[in-house]
Amino acid sequence: MLRFIARRILETIPVLFVIVTVTFFMIRFVPGGPFTAEKAVTPEILRNLEAHYGLDQPLWKQYFNYLGSLLHGDLGPSFKYPNRTVNEIIAEKLPVSIELGTEALLVALVLGLTAGVFAAARRNSWLDYGASGLAMVGICVPTFVMGPLLVLVCAIHFGWFNASGWYTPADRVLPALTLGGYYAAYIARLTRGGMLEVLNQDYIRTARAKGASELRIIFRHALRGGLLPVVAFLGPGIADILTGSFVIETIFQIPGLGREFVTSAFNRDYTLITGTVILYAALIIALNLVVDVVQVWLNPKLRFE
Amino acid sequence: METKTVGFCRLFPMGNRLLALFVAAALLLNGCGRHSADSVAGAPPKKILNFGNGTEPQDIDPQAVNGVPEFNIILALLEGLVSYDPHDQHPIPGVAKSWEISPDNLVYTFHLREDAKWSNGDPVTAQDFLLSYKRMLTPSLGAEYAYMIFNYVAGAKDYYDGKLKDFSQVGIKAPDAHTLQITLTHPTPYLLKAMCHMAWFPVPVKVIAKFGGLDRKGTDWTRPGNFVGNGPFRLKSWQPNQRLVVERSPTYWDRANVKLDEIDFFPVENANAEENMFRTGQLDITSELPPDKIPFYKRDHPDQLRIAPFLGLYFYSCNVKRPPLDNVKVRRALALAIDRESLIKNVVKGDEQPAYAVSYPGVAGYVPRARLTGTVDEARRLLAEAGYPDGRGFPPLELLYNTSEGHRAIAEAIQQMWKKNLNVDISLHNEEWKVYLDALNTKNYQLGRYGWIADYIDPNVFLDLWETGGGNNDTNWSDPEYDRLLAASRAAPNDQDRYEIYQKMDAILVDQLPIIPIYYYTRVHLVSPKVKGYWPTLLDMHPWQYVDIDR
Repeated sequence: MLRFIARRILETIPVLFVIVTVTFFMIRFVPGGPFTAEKAVTPEILRNLEAHYGLDQPLWKQYFNYLGSLLHGDLGPSFKYPNRTVNEIIAEKLPVSIELGTEALLVALVLGLTAGVFAAARRNSWLDYGASGLAMVGICVPTFVMGPLLVLVCAIHFGWFNASGWYTPADRVLPALTLGGYYAAYIARLTRGGMLEVLNQDYIRTARAKGASELRIIFRHALRGGLLPVVAFLGPGIADILTGSFVIETIFQIPGLGREFVTSAFNRDYTLITGTVILYAALIIALNLVVDVVQVWLNPKLRFE
Repeated sequence: METKTVGFCRLFPMGNRLLALFVAAALLLNGCGRHSADSVAGAPPKKILNFGNGTEPQDIDPQAVNGVPEFNIILALLEGLVSYDPHDQHPIPGVAKSWEISPDNLVYTFHLREDAKWSNGDPVTAQDFLLSYKRMLTPSLGAEYAYMIFNYVAGAKDYYDGKLKDFSQVGIKAPDAHTLQITLTHPTPYLLKAMCHMAWFPVPVKVIAKFGGLDRKGTDWTRPGNFVGNGPFRLKSWQPNQRLVVERSPTYWDRANVKLDEIDFFPVENANAEENMFRTGQLDITSELPPDKIPFYKRDHPDQLRIAPFLGLYFYSCNVKRPPLDNVKVRRALALAIDRESLIKNVVKGDEQPAYAVSYPGVAGYVPRARLTGTVDEARRLLAEAGYPDGRGFPPLELLYNTSEGHRAIAEAIQQMWKKNLNVDISLHNEEWKVYLDALNTKNYQLGRYGWIADYIDPNVFLDLWETGGGNNDTNWSDPEYDRLLAASRAAPNDQDRYEIYQKMDAILVDQLPIIPIYYYTRVHLVSPKVKGYWPTLLDMHPWQYVDIDR
């Protein structure tokens, strides 16, 4: 197992290197630069601006300078925000996105697992149809519809919450519900499916015959099987929640990394773009590794593959 | 042996408990406050204004930024020689209590007030202004608005270009601590208006020197705890992308007349989220309003809706080197075939003024006499004369605009008008902001949507754009007579003569139509009726010391 993990980590390094290089050159070939603005700067001013940021040097030189500072862990200054470095911006915003992602994940797991377990336990009852129906709605309704709807009802009409922002603890509720609700729907269906498959197995019938309680059957035996597809889904799902939070962060004006990721591309903030790309790539790779390990642990059958 | 129903009852409480826990937690958290404003029981409520400020400020160093959200904040923290009058924005004394202009209109002598102080207690001196302008002109700083100084001050351009090494040769002198003398290259009748802009604000040079030097932007001097200013408010806290808070300054010379205790600037980029925040009371003033909400506010909450004229022009820029736009008759036909009134009423909806000339009617008392007049029939006639009767044989024409719902709606409406009135088909193309700007700057377009907002209130702002080779002239249009008139206007001895020259320039623009003017902007946003002293102005600048709020 340890060798497996070590090998995977080693494989990551060339992948990240390629990602850095491709991103670095791709963004510089896009039309428009960090200083392209509606009120055109005079040529002299533009020259000075470019000199300040080292943009007047040949491209290969800029690339090696960047790699050098990367090795020191320095992601460079932001082009758009002159008094902040990329390291600082990421340090400010990543925890927010992680907090949002974690809370959304908790909502998704709690709601999804509960609904899925109930639906599987009471198959073909009104509970099952209700839960499955709600799950279908949750999957079909996009977050940019659900979010503003929740704001309209809960914040504006009933006045229970702020309309947007990330100031008080209560501000976490609506975004977590919007983002988590979507994944809860998926998790509910996956749990239900996985559990139903297990509940049909012979060993479950044996357990029942031996007198095991329904509770014991559900939680000791069936749930493990139901969790497998959920875990498999969670790998890309968590990465999705973290990187795809852009929509939620825009609707609720949350100062997270997802929104910064997109706006930095619009601003042609070269250093911030590359910095966030590296971060997300590393996160996704790490998450996939964790999920693979957990899957193997949960399902002994996979260990021999 | 347990039956299924008993097992079910056992199961249900467990799951029920989990759900109940979650709901309870949510309700508990809800009690943690609905509004973000603090309130201390017993004390008179602090006057806090919650201001929706659009995008997150890049920085709050007036010599390092060029945007409106930044200017709103800087206007609270710093003060220049002159300030905007809160009603009509004409220049009134700021740090300078009085000034004289020499008979040849080239030398301005400002007398600074003795009680002007920085927020760290140091007095504001003429030397501070001199060193601030020196910093602005330092090439390695890369200040985008450096041209605001070097376009007017004698020797400043040479210093900026490195031709002049000795700053004492530049036309800025501080003969004593409270006298500042500025010498110009040529008479500039609107100089004082231009000086209200933050490019002319002083910066605390002694403080900046301690944080990495005067020739670099982005040093730590603008962080809370380090920032020093001379304005009516001082910086209290700055959580990036969350909130920037300024509080009343105890050292400002006119502090007795400052009404607000605190202003919270919220960087809300999404117009819908901002409108939601206004409805829940999180914001008192918004920076914009989604256009489709305008009719509802007009009908249901007209006291919250603020629509005011704004000194800007929305137009289509013509690349006059590309056919068919190289023919002035085609440009005129297109310009005449737009039904501006219908466009504003049905598509833009912000009570904008239709534009039939380039200059803004009534700016600083100037009203252009030139006017784009003509019926749709005349437009058709012109098109036929250009060689495309009834639109036959009209070459492909593409309209470029930056990706936005609003611009798309306008482009589609105009596309339809041209089809209906002239029987010409044009294609629409949208690009992301920077790509679109790049296309315009490199003249890689035929017809492009554009907008220009004035930096100061003077007819010069819309007219000096079109000189040959001007940095913001993306039309490839060049007219030597126009250039000659522009130079003459700069040398005009008084406003009356100057305005007469502008009339001729406007006439040329209406005749040649390098751009097709469409409408003059309005500012549409929400202002709570509790806010006072926030009068509508042409540049939408509101000096904060006059603003008040009922709590």
